[in-house]
Amino acid sequence: MTTIEKRIRIESDAGIISARAAAWSAAQEAGFDSFDRVLIATAVSEVVRNILEYARLGEVVVATVQQGDQRGVMVVARDTGPGIADVAQAMKGGYSTGRGLGLGLSGARRLMDEFEISSQAGSGTTVTMKKWLR
Amino acid sequence: MRVPILKQGNYLIASIQSALTDEDLLQLRDDLAAQVGRYRAKGVIVDVTVVDVMDSFATRTLRDLGQMIRLRGAQTVIVGIQPEVAFAMVQLGLELGQVATALDLEEGLALLQQLTS
Repeated sequence: MTTIEKRIRIESDAGIISARAAAWSAAQEAGFDSFDRVLIATAVSEVVRNILEYARLGEVVVATVQQGDQRGVMVVARDTGPGIADVAQAMKGGYSTGRGLGLGLSGARRLMDEFEISSQAGSGTTVTMKKWLR
Repeated sequence: MRVPILKQGNYLIASIQSALTDEDLLQLRDDLAAQVGRYRAKGVIVDVTVVDVMDSFATRTLRDLGQMIRLRGAQTVIVGIQPEVAFAMVQLGLELGQVATALDLEEGLALLQQLTS
């Protein structure tokens, strides 16, 4: 597997398309099937939207990863926005019931295998998510 | 890039050709709502065969599109949702609400004929 690592600056909705394309090629390189490629690209889309909506500026790194003989894709989405004061609260909330702070993130979490979010009010948010080849 | 909208009898057909930005999708929504009036269309088909990711924004916008078209007295059918996209939408809990769907353009036109007769 060729290692892929792409860094995409998020400052407008053009970033969504770039981030998705990067997710797509990383997922393809890691060997994911078409179903998982769409899941990964969709999770990336939601996370990037979250950045745009609450921070307006950020960065996404999409990379193929290997852990032992496990292969997968890792996505790290960072912004220096206002941050989320209560992450647990923000991650709650039904996905399909309208807009809300955690909706995109809780959706992305559902699609990926690993999901970590760290955020502090005033200093931005970092989301790290991974999906592994089964 | 503007999505081309074709007129076929009483219906409008919008075939999405390539990766759409958010603005493109919103523009399509507004264009269709306007053109329903201009051409007195009874039905609208949006072909998303080529769309490889349907996220919360796209789903919401298509739902809004359907509602706007209905308010203007016409029906909307979304066609061409791919199996992988359908799977992701279900995993995410995304729904198109009252907007009708059909497998492809042919089925979509048949459905519109039923809905608008």
